[in-house]
Amino acid sequence: MAERERRQTPPFGGVFVSHARIMTADDMGRAVRRMAHEVIERNHGLSELVVIGLQTGGVPVSERLVETLEEIEGIRPPLGTLDVALHRDDIGIRPVVPEAATELPTDLDSRIVVLVDDVLFTGRTIRAALDAICDFGRPRSIQLAVMVDRGHRELPIRPDFVGKNLPTRRDEVVDVHITGVDLGVMEK
Amino acid sequence: MSRSDLEEILDLTDTFAEIGRRPIPKVPALRGRTVATAFFENSTRTRMSFETAARRLSADTVAFSAGSSSLSKGESLRDTVEVVASYGADLLVVRHAMAGTAHRVADWTDLSVVNAGDGCHEHPTQALLDCYTLREQRGSLDGMRIAIVGDIRHSRVARSNILAFTALGAEVVLVAPATLLPPAIDGWPVTVFHELDLLLADLDAVYLLRMQQERITEGLIPSLREYANDFGLSTDRVARMRSDALVLHPGPTNRGVEISAEAAADPRSVILDQVVNGVSVRMAVLFQLLGSGQQLVAADIEPVGDDARPEGVDR
Repeated sequence: MAERERRQTPPFGGVFVSHARIMTADDMGRAVRRMAHEVIERNHGLSELVVIGLQTGGVPVSERLVETLEEIEGIRPPLGTLDVALHRDDIGIRPVVPEAATELPTDLDSRIVVLVDDVLFTGRTIRAALDAICDFGRPRSIQLAVMVDRGHRELPIRPDFVGKNLPTRRDEVVDVHITGVDLGVMEK
Repeated sequence: MSRSDLEEILDLTDTFAEIGRRPIPKVPALRGRTVATAFFENSTRTRMSFETAARRLSADTVAFSAGSSSLSKGESLRDTVEVVASYGADLLVVRHAMAGTAHRVADWTDLSVVNAGDGCHEHPTQALLDCYTLREQRGSLDGMRIAIVGDIRHSRVARSNILAFTALGAEVVLVAPATLLPPAIDGWPVTVFHELDLLLADLDAVYLLRMQQERITEGLIPSLREYANDFGLSTDRVARMRSDALVLHPGPTNRGVEISAEAAADPRSVILDQVVNGVSVRMAVLFQLLGSGQQLVAADIEPVGDDARPEGVDR
């Protein structure tokens, strides 16, 4: 969702046209469930975990992840949202309109932060998010969970938990929404 | 500016208000940009507010103040502006005692220019922060009855606020002695009263203006004491206001003249919220001009070149 929104603004512009459905809602549910187990395994439980969804596309994914973690472990880790618009490195190059809320539930000092986004592409959003998080405290570690890793990284950033690895062309767009994941292009 | 323009900035302000509450209240949004403040008239809060806003967005600031500058050596306004601009500023915040200065400066330069008060004409960012403060308290200005009390004649704050409050759906009542009203008030979207006491009980907000002793040259009022008696928000008057009414003042306050110390400290007074919100609103304005990639002319609240300009504004 987030990627599609950014792609709709200049210099891209256009309308999203889907080629193919990559994941159905059920597939996404299974992927989230596997990622939740991986998160628990890696961190030996949920005791110090904070889950933060990146606005706007990462937020629904983060909500599902937290629900699944609660189902599995019986503990609901704190959930927050983060808007990184003002930390982006393309401010002034294309319109950036911060409109989504940043709400962090707890102090982040010495917690384990799991950042959640829908699509990992160039890595620039995550770079901005890391900067933003460091303004809020000093987490013990920061881990990254994404629904789709579509490649084409421009920065040395890698995800810890991936729903699906999806090789793409640069000009394609991945659209993650509640009913599934679509691959398509923006057409004028 | 239309209602939707105003609301766009006020919505954006929410984002920046949140930044002000962070442990490190700073974002790198305008890194590498320079905001110059050119104040040809004294100011503490507006200037500090703009500078704080710029720094919270990681912009650099260059300050110019009339008192200590080459203006005292006879340099013209235009030359001064060009010099300030050539220090690499991206945006110029201008305050001047002459109405229309910001517009004039905007014609001379390609930089974005923000009016931080021009004479008795307008003070747009003050109006924005007042609207934001009212909206924060009440959710919406629609249907609010707001009294602006005091020296309307010399007040740029009043002019900007009348336009902004009415654009956002509030009803504006002016309360002032006849001598402190502008010469031609016909056509302004306001009703005028000369007595505060009659209105107090059915106001949603009282906006007190500072008695601008530096601008009042003629004998417009018999004495400050008499003014305070008739129009000041005394402890007694604030007690007669509704329990959910709000008290606003653009500052600096003359305690004991337009507002008593007790009234300023009343829980209904949102004077300090106004100061805090001033920074957030100015962050939104600076960001919209420099960071959002949109082009926008933030000169005045009023629709530029439109007939909606109130008559009788000193130019």
